[in-house]
Amino acid sequence: MGPGYNYNSVWLLPEHVLKDSSYRGGKNMGLHAMFDVKGDVLIVRLSGELDHHEAEVLRDKWKDMLYSNPVKHIILNLEDVSFMDSSGLGVVLGRYKEVIQLGGEMVVCSISPPVKRLFEMSGLFKIVRLEENEEYALATLGVAS
Amino acid sequence: MKNEMSLEFSSVSENEAFARVTVAAFITQLDPTMDELTEIKTVVSEAVTNAIIHGYNNESNHKIFITCILQDDEIELTIKDNGIGISDISEAREPLYTSKPEMERSGMGFTIIENFMDSVEVISSLDQGTTVYMTKQLSKTKTVYN
Repeated sequence: MGPGYNYNSVWLLPEHVLKDSSYRGGKNMGLHAMFDVKGDVLIVRLSGELDHHEAEVLRDKWKDMLYSNPVKHIILNLEDVSFMDSSGLGVVLGRYKEVIQLGGEMVVCSISPPVKRLFEMSGLFKIVRLEENEEYALATLGVAS
Repeated sequence: MKNEMSLEFSSVSENEAFARVTVAAFITQLDPTMDELTEIKTVVSEAVTNAIIHGYNNESNHKIFITCILQDDEIELTIKDNGIGISDISEAREPLYTSKPEMERSGMGFTIIENFMDSVEVISSLDQGTTVYMTKQLSKTKTVYN
């Protein structure tokens, strides 16, 4: 292995990539979650890959944000989710049940075709509403963005 | 042409991403569509997750085995664990069935596997383990313009 290369879990990446601040080391395939509160709506923006491994961490953070803020609705923005499997569906379903207990609603937006297919296959759109984007989803919940 | 690869790795959840990315990298030589690649990645993720959570009860000191054979445009994928096994396979394959509802499992793993693959065979014996054997024929005609 030459001096210009560093070994990481899957690929051999050139040094300039590893030094790039946007490259997150071994976490490049992981999940990033961003939470935002607008009115009584908790906005959850996910990016990366949502599998069983990531779902466990996400669930705890998400629950914490849901119960430590005066919110009752959830908007789940999946725009930057590049991969999701049934473990991801499980986390969404778990939060749906909690939001119903709070008397609120879950709205999913900016979903990619592969993730949309997974939602359709599992019948999740019978219980969570789908909207095109976050701004529109907020408007339908009576919050100006 | 026939081409084959085997993987053996620890039953830890970090390896779910490793397994699906590795299998996807192997099948790229068949020039799959993006949809087919996503389907294979999802299927690997589901079966490996099942092996970790159910087969091995989240114990990390076990091994998971994957074999992938490419022949012409067909993919043969075998994902195997030596875990506790499944007592009722048809029940396990039912949509929304989960043996671990307290863990927020959606119960959709096998349903997704069956939807994304052409054939799925589950062989399991108690205390011996579970093998999921799957095949998928890739579409021969690729869309060049859309």
